[in-house]
Amino acid sequence: MEIVLFALILALAIFLGFELISKVPATLHTPLMSGANAISGITLVGALLAAGTGPASADLATWLGTAAVIFATVNVVGGYLVTDRMLGLFKQRDKPNETND
Amino acid sequence: MNPLFINAVYVVAAILFILGLKLLSKPKTARKGNFLSALGMLIAVLVTLLSNEIVAWSTIGIGIAIGTLIGVFASRLVALTAMPQLVAVFNGLGGGASLLVAWVALFGSTDRLVAVAVVLSVVIGGITFSGSSIAWGKLSAILASKPMLFWGQKFINAVMLLGLITCAVLFTLDPSPTSPFLYAIVGIALLLGILTVLPIGGADMPVVISLLNSYSGLAACAAGLAINNVILIVSGALVGAAGIILTNIMCKAMNRSLANVLFSGFGAQKATTKVVGSANPITPEDAYLILEAANSVTFVPGYGMAVAQAQHVVHELATILELRGTDVTYAIHPVAGRMPGHMNVLLAEANVPYDQLLEMDVINPKLSSIDVAVVIGANDVVNPAAREDETSPIYGMPIINVHDARTVFVLKRSLASGFSGVDNSLFFNVNTRMLFGDAKQSISALISEFKN
Repeated sequence: MEIVLFALILALAIFLGFELISKVPATLHTPLMSGANAISGITLVGALLAAGTGPASADLATWLGTAAVIFATVNVVGGYLVTDRMLGLFKQRDKPNETND
Repeated sequence: MNPLFINAVYVVAAILFILGLKLLSKPKTARKGNFLSALGMLIAVLVTLLSNEIVAWSTIGIGIAIGTLIGVFASRLVALTAMPQLVAVFNGLGGGASLLVAWVALFGSTDRLVAVAVVLSVVIGGITFSGSSIAWGKLSAILASKPMLFWGQKFINAVMLLGLITCAVLFTLDPSPTSPFLYAIVGIALLLGILTVLPIGGADMPVVISLLNSYSGLAACAAGLAINNVILIVSGALVGAAGIILTNIMCKAMNRSLANVLFSGFGAQKATTKVVGSANPITPEDAYLILEAANSVTFVPGYGMAVAQAQHVVHELATILELRGTDVTYAIHPVAGRMPGHMNVLLAEANVPYDQLLEMDVINPKLSSIDVAVVIGANDVVNPAAREDETSPIYGMPIINVHDARTVFVLKRSLASGFSGVDNSLFFNVNTRMLFGDAKQSISALISEFKN
């Protein structure tokens, strides 16, 4: 039963992804890509479970898990920060009545 | 911590990701969207740390500290012209992490279904990791950016694929985290990633990066199936779908199929049809006189603008023209540059407002009424052969019709062909003037003409 539920969730998520992205204007393609890339760093959640389940598990598992945590953290932290940095640069044409001062 | 509570928080995180992606689709709300998505990630990570399964805090702490340090420095220090390679690196690390997560899952369960999910995650994650490394090398000019082809390539790939399937079957029959077949699968996946990206040329990188972006999501999704984690499945699938959409947009913008981009070694051969004629060079002084008299000017940037770092001087020239009452726009081809939206980010860095950047379909009908089109380091995306010459390899690719403008300036070092190897007849048109030299210097020369 669980596998059926997972398949259903998977299918819905894919359709949702198509719907969300197909409307993005070309000007935002780079930040969209790096922002989506940061989301794929969600594998960090899996990495934490892999690295953190403790001394009971084999040495190899701890090493692999710790490497996964490092990789995924770079992906998440770097991905979100660089997306924010890029988006901070996007400006609209100055309108005289909307100045800050 | 109650697993039900953890899963409830995962649902909240998933909603934040979805809202974040939705807000990312409008320039005004994009930054907020990215923030919401980051918030979703934060709560997903925090609630995972509360899980009862986690006991080894030191390894996690060290891992997060190292990763955060690298992530912060990389995102702050890397130049915006180097964004394509940075995104490639992040993609690769995400894929690599998913590979490792799935591998570790085998220490907990060697169920047959888990093993199938592990194989998927290891293969996709491995290809993403090594493929992204090669893409990074090509984009940062450590590896030659031209397509690398070698004898028997298709045969070798086919043999490896066959080997991969065999190992996958043998591994699933007797899954174990130290199975020799698993090691073989990891090895073949890494090799496949290298061998499939090497034959793809630099100008096709927008497609490759979009595709690898999609893979990194699919790898996370497969890892989620391996460890029975819903948030990985949902988020991974979202990213996988997003990447496929972008890949499709990029392929359409070149009128080529994904298979053609991946396997044809496009650009490796020099096209046979030669364009004959004489180009008309122009000096910055004469170009100034034409620009000064123009009522409307559109800039058409390409990868050459990024290489010359000319975006700031382009904006300076545009500002001078605007102050004189000239109507200034920018025409952006979807595959200009090395990743989707590359030109837009560079021009944003130079303070060009995004509503001045026009997409190909918007600018094309207007070009016949534009006085001067200034092509800066773009080539194939403005080549009329794509419209006129049915024998050309780029025939059918949508282009920016700069040849419709009254006068075209082409800023370029020489008359050489672009990435596709196709000569550009635009350079020999009667209304085209070639401004030879480094794009940044040429534009600076124009600016000083205006200032005198």
